[in-house]
Amino acid sequence: MSVVGERLQPTLFELSRPGRGGGKIPHPPADALDRIPAGARRAIPPALPELSEPEVVRHYVNLSALNYSVDSGFYPLGSCTMKFNPKLNEWAARLPGFAALHPMAPDALAQGTLALLFELEAMLAEVSGMEAVTLQPAAGAHGELTGILMIRAYHRARGDQERTEVLVPDSSHGTNPATASMAGFRTVTIPSAPDGGVDLDAFRAALGPRTAAIMITNPSTLGLFERRIGELLAATHAAGALAYMDGANLNAILGRFRPGEAGFDVMHFNVHKTFSTPHGGGGPGAGPVGVRADLVPFLPSPRVLRAGDGTFRLERPGERPTSIGRMRSFVGSTGVLIRAYSYLRAHGASGLCEVSDDAVLAANYLKTRLSGAYIVPFPRACMHEFVASAADIKRRTGVRTLDIAKRLIDKGYHPPTIYFPLTVEEGMLIEPTETESLETLDAFAEALLEIAREAGTNPDLVLGAPHTAPVRRLDEATAARQPNLRWQGMMGAERPCPD
Amino acid sequence: MPYGSHTADDRARMLETIGIASVDELFEAIPEALRAGPLRLDGPEPELELSARLAGLAARNRVDLASFLGAGAYRHWTPAVVDQMLLRGEWYTAYTPYQPEVSQGTLQSIYEYQSMLAELTGLDVVSASHYDGGAATAEAALMTCRATRRERILVSRAVHPHYRQTLETYASGAGLAAEEVPLVADGPLAGTTDLVALARLLDDPARPVAGVVAAQPNVLGLLEDMPEIGRLAHAAGALFVGVIEPVSLAVLAPPGEYGADIAAGEGQPLGIPLQYGGPYLGIVACTDPLVRQIPGRLVGQTSDLDGRRAFVMTMRAREQDIRREKAASNICTNQALLALAASIYLATIGPHGLRDVAAGGAARAAELEAALAAAGAPRMHAGAYLNEFVVRVPDARGVHARLLDRGVLAGIPTADLLPDEPALSDGLLVCATEVTTSAEIGQFASALRAELAAAPVAGGAR
Repeated sequence: MSVVGERLQPTLFELSRPGRGGGKIPHPPADALDRIPAGARRAIPPALPELSEPEVVRHYVNLSALNYSVDSGFYPLGSCTMKFNPKLNEWAARLPGFAALHPMAPDALAQGTLALLFELEAMLAEVSGMEAVTLQPAAGAHGELTGILMIRAYHRARGDQERTEVLVPDSSHGTNPATASMAGFRTVTIPSAPDGGVDLDAFRAALGPRTAAIMITNPSTLGLFERRIGELLAATHAAGALAYMDGANLNAILGRFRPGEAGFDVMHFNVHKTFSTPHGGGGPGAGPVGVRADLVPFLPSPRVLRAGDGTFRLERPGERPTSIGRMRSFVGSTGVLIRAYSYLRAHGASGLCEVSDDAVLAANYLKTRLSGAYIVPFPRACMHEFVASAADIKRRTGVRTLDIAKRLIDKGYHPPTIYFPLTVEEGMLIEPTETESLETLDAFAEALLEIAREAGTNPDLVLGAPHTAPVRRLDEATAARQPNLRWQGMMGAERPCPD
Repeated sequence: MPYGSHTADDRARMLETIGIASVDELFEAIPEALRAGPLRLDGPEPELELSARLAGLAARNRVDLASFLGAGAYRHWTPAVVDQMLLRGEWYTAYTPYQPEVSQGTLQSIYEYQSMLAELTGLDVVSASHYDGGAATAEAALMTCRATRRERILVSRAVHPHYRQTLETYASGAGLAAEEVPLVADGPLAGTTDLVALARLLDDPARPVAGVVAAQPNVLGLLEDMPEIGRLAHAAGALFVGVIEPVSLAVLAPPGEYGADIAAGEGQPLGIPLQYGGPYLGIVACTDPLVRQIPGRLVGQTSDLDGRRAFVMTMRAREQDIRREKAASNICTNQALLALAASIYLATIGPHGLRDVAAGGAARAAELEAALAAAGAPRMHAGAYLNEFVVRVPDARGVHARLLDRGVLAGIPTADLLPDEPALSDGLLVCATEVTTSAEIGQFASALRAELAAAPVAGGAR
């Protein structure tokens, strides 16, 4: 959609007119607030916008049309797993029995949700080869923090206070080192080997009595399975450290590799990636964490428990003193977890294996189609995603990966993840997922091949992209230097309520 | 596979292009010894059967009782337009707006959310969202430590116990000390933060305090003297974190008015279903000087090459993908869709509507107070409240359990919520909102009257 004019869609604040809207809530008696002491009352009402419902609807429909989404087209954003979000799951999460259940409701009133959560924990434990799972974390990064705090508690419970370091490969997600800092650890960054895996010698040199844990994404952020994973895990455990797996890429290895069985001690799942819960424009996610048996005592509270009579209950406060404690207000992002449960049930064992097989097949197919026109720095079979590089195109034509990404927008695609991992020059991380048809994959490949040609024949076309998006490239420098983070001068509520 | 598109022919063509015979060859990097055995899960379930299973599970929950339960999550009426808009795939199947040219819808909606929450809280900067009230409070407390370079946090025991426990988990991870400020036990200020104790805790030059955390209304529903708590904190060089409930800010003085440097709280009351605890909406807001310490994403206004107004994620040097171990927080995925829900709710209901929600809850709560007092359960505290309060009931736990059989969810026993407060052993924390009806209040009162009449006079009764 191309838009002429100075703005795409007025803000709510520009649309607001005093006296519009209202009539949704009955007016309470005029003296309803008389018992509130004057000092605690708000002096000036909040100047929130005033709109009629039709205006609200048009505002949000028009804004939504400025978004690119999985429901509108191909979204190969590497590391984010933008697969189709089944509509059944939206329906399920909105069932009144689920949606209206209060988080502090007595266990007897919550048996349906508790049964679902208990069963989901068991399914995730089976998929990961872990002993037990907590569903509490709200996102992958929150799961990382939960996992690393459990590792800290594990070492301390053994009287081992000296382990102050967490080893992280240089290709890791930024959340890994940020998590280590939040949990009070120092991050030690391990370089990658030329084949994209962890440099085993550098890794062994960094391991020692101060190492609390290693954090490894497997398959890695380069879309490669860590071939030396057996050696890495053995060395880690020999040094008395624990192995944490960032499960961001679990969607590639369902039914092929179970981290707990292979020797990882802790891992998190990104249910908004692997199990297709919607990304929501940036969230909500959910980041359950699985652990091996010797870390079960440290799981966050409350856990979901099953009594002898088959009923379910939440752990009571203080029931398990070894717990690292509570990670959030309530038991978990249940609305997200219901969707994940539905996805797991819909697929079953065979369907989950097909998910990974088809995701990996699609990624390797695209990689094959693009190699030649783009550098594929790691030629061996990739998992669910792969890195392509435009370093060669940049040297020849001056067109960078950023420009190619923007040109993809003109051709009707969401760009891949770009400049991540930081270890590949002019990299783009492409993840097609298993839910895209072969026609879509072919058309996308043709688009990228055409852009590679355009970079040579008409570089300005690519450098000036996007041409057909709602806006052209943005002035991000000014946004950061002179931040405008809120609308100034709201006008709502300046008159008394109209009715 | 239920949502895949590939036919057998498609797969054969892809294998041929790659130049392999079987997909198994693509997994050869997995060491043989570490390959998984078969998954022990059920087979795929067709949608017809799965939808019945899901409906059956939902039906096993009981959501039909007359509920007076709040304690950090609140039942409100949500206009139909909110969910209708949220169901558009353009919103919920997009991701983080990394490519602003094709994400202006999400970006503008976040900017509008930040603006409305800044207006509600009276503060300058609002993050794009956090996980929930507990995690937001914990992050706000960590912010005070980064900003002051001090390591001691004081948190009132009148802050929701789950928020305090979350804060404790976060603080211990970061090597910080979180100490609790006691409640006043009796007298007119009973149930509020003990300001004498707070002043004493702040008066320790050897252990300077980074931040003081207090809630308005507090976990017992009572109103605190927030300006005075802020004055005490600032006099000791500490920052002041106000834990908020956003609907109440339509009628109660906002953090920006009572001198808070940071506000944190739970956005669930703004049009988000209870759904057993999440996904919810963590609110974090702060004053301008603290902007570089705020965790999570921020959206700012800018323009494109043609000078057209547009929005973009900004000040990203605080974030984990840029700063790695030096980031302000590890947060990446946040609660964008819930911030959108809150925005649509606020835009639809408007400033007068939000005031009516808050005042309507207060009016229903006053009606509830009178009805319960007449039934033999008077309020436990003398202080002012908005729409949640504690009533004194002998054997509160037993009465609460028996009232379930009479179709009433009588809030929560204070002995369960705050087991460490002996003064609260005989209480029920109850709440009313604009959706509470007179009929429900009548049902609660008569059920309670019947229970109290039936109860043995000895035992746990006072």
